[in-house]
Amino acid sequence: MKFVDEFRDGDLARGLADAIGREVREGTRYHFMEFCGGHTHAIFRYGIQDLLPKSVRMIHGPGCPVCVLPMGRIDGALHLAKLPGVILASYGDMLRVPGSGRDSLLKAKAQGADIRMIYSPADAVGLAEANPTKQIVFFAIGFETTTPPTALAIRQAHRLGLKNFFVYCNHVLTPAAISSILESPEVRDLGTVPLDGFIGPAHVSTIIGSQPYEFFAEEYRRPVVIAGFEPLDVLQAILMLIRQVNEGRFEVENEFSRAVTRDGNAKAKALVADMFELRRSFEWRGLGQVPYSALRIKEAWSAFDAEVRFQVPDFKSEDHKACACGAILRGLKTPADCALFGTACTPEHPIGSCMVSAEGACAAYYTYGRQRRAS
Amino acid sequence: MKLDLENGVVEMAHGGGGRAMARLVEDIFVRSFDNPLLAQRNDQACFDLSAGRVAMTTDSYVIQPLFFPGGDIGSLAVHGTVNDLAMAGARPLYLSAGFILEEGLPLADLARIVASMARAAAEAGVAIVTGDTKVVEKGKGDGVFINTTGIGLVPSGVAPSGEKARPNDAILISGTLGDHGVAVMSCRENLSFEVDLLSDSQSLGGLVSVMVEAVPDIHVLRDPTRGGLAATLNEIARQSKVGMALQEAAIPIRGPVRAACEFLGLDPLNVANEGKLIAICAEGDAERLLSIMRAHPAGRDAALIGRVVEDADCFVTLKTSFGGTRMVDWLMGEQLPRIC
Repeated sequence: MKFVDEFRDGDLARGLADAIGREVREGTRYHFMEFCGGHTHAIFRYGIQDLLPKSVRMIHGPGCPVCVLPMGRIDGALHLAKLPGVILASYGDMLRVPGSGRDSLLKAKAQGADIRMIYSPADAVGLAEANPTKQIVFFAIGFETTTPPTALAIRQAHRLGLKNFFVYCNHVLTPAAISSILESPEVRDLGTVPLDGFIGPAHVSTIIGSQPYEFFAEEYRRPVVIAGFEPLDVLQAILMLIRQVNEGRFEVENEFSRAVTRDGNAKAKALVADMFELRRSFEWRGLGQVPYSALRIKEAWSAFDAEVRFQVPDFKSEDHKACACGAILRGLKTPADCALFGTACTPEHPIGSCMVSAEGACAAYYTYGRQRRAS
Repeated sequence: MKLDLENGVVEMAHGGGGRAMARLVEDIFVRSFDNPLLAQRNDQACFDLSAGRVAMTTDSYVIQPLFFPGGDIGSLAVHGTVNDLAMAGARPLYLSAGFILEEGLPLADLARIVASMARAAAEAGVAIVTGDTKVVEKGKGDGVFINTTGIGLVPSGVAPSGEKARPNDAILISGTLGDHGVAVMSCRENLSFEVDLLSDSQSLGGLVSVMVEAVPDIHVLRDPTRGGLAATLNEIARQSKVGMALQEAAIPIRGPVRAACEFLGLDPLNVANEGKLIAICAEGDAERLLSIMRAHPAGRDAALIGRVVEDADCFVTLKTSFGGTRMVDWLMGEQLPRIC
């Protein structure tokens, strides 16, 4: 595959691995967090850890939009899906995630709710056009990458004069979550969790640009390297981070320059700003309440807001007490440290957020990396 | 009354046991499946089998869409069952065919499906010797469901089985992976994309017969259908209490399949195949078996993709082309596309 195989070349990988091996300093340990689930997936899918020296440890951050959505919001989606006359539409990997009652959207579908898997919010608008007697609710999730398509869908529904298209908005923001991790006492004050740098988001950064990370680099004195989702991108970013650490630099560097600019996608940002505003606070599964970390639909567009139209109850839910996801997301623990991992909590029966999607740290570790623990 | 094969549809009367049903059976099924046993028009087929071991299997087919690039539910219903027999090393002989038809199914579609079954059966060298038809009300079926049961004869000295994989055995695959799953996905209603690809649905009976003739002691034969290569190898690993170590670079996957899986966020190792087999044999037999497979049209792209290893955890692992190692796990639930 043109433009894909080039970024998965084994010979280049070995060359980069050698360069990393030469760059690491004796006695120094390097702890880097890849924020995005896409990077986590690539690291496990291609076995990147095998190519790294033992002194480089990757911490798998909270950047999986399916994983971080609290169960209460899934309960909200289940509530909407079960309302008479409603068709609920969402992305594939959202359908499997259980809410607080262990029911997922897939189970609700089996029990008779009309739930459709879609590939684009435009498909949900299409459903609204094709089913004028039904109320279509698009269960919108995701980071900055998936927000502009949701905004476009609302605008399209507005243009078409649709009165039966609604969005249950759960879009969340990356920089706020990174702040939350860096502000946690273990990282900031106590220094008990070493975190020497970040691999910055790929697709998210194509929208927001590299500029928003400059604050982190400066304020928290941690290097950030924005990287694409291909395995060579990840290796190259790790090499760049090691160099920054060795040289005492903490800058924002852009490995993913083929897609990311400093300012990002101005059109997409304007579209989002026109339609969405910040929520004062939003719960992240594993991180708890994070201030100004999510978006809601502005009042001017509230005719399309499912939370306004249907009065979704504020479902509260707590994660299992033994679940270590919160600690795993902040680098305090690894999946293998969790008592539930691989026993009570598996991809078939996920208990914690990191197990619910293939991009979560625990699911990736379970699906692709279990042999490491065994050996 | 003559069947209107151009504009007619399946009606409740076609399953009612009366004249309409007799007409349907006569004009569509008996005519297409034409063979002496069926022509006797009894409620069962009676035949002699030569001495030896008999293999028997059954499978039901519920695929949507009914017609897909490279096949349809009819050809699939023959290939699937024939292949399950072949995976015992058996020579497939006879099939039964049970149809559950939904009221409203165009008779033209039914005739096309049945003709395709007849063609597939002839190519595979099996006869469809008995059958059944039921009609369900509109909304209570999905066009047509087909069940086929097959029996075949296993040559003496041939006994492949899932628990026979041994450390150091070679793992062979008969061709490219994922063609069927991606071809079918490409024409599902909520996901139509254009892809230059046909389903690999085909009979593996001929390929298996030359394989077991050359190497009677093939340890394991299995076709990686639902769940793909990943599920099938995990099944065998567990049955045989061994691990498997695969080489990603050796696994044949067509460009269009890789590309479709890439943009849908799917793993080709989890995608279904309907005309491929996995053969596990002693290291010393591998080269000969591979060349025999490659000489057969159904095994042209055959490849040695890995080795059986000792492993109490029964893990299937993959050395990636990138240079790392990862697990190849069962699919959890239904394969769903990732959001980003």
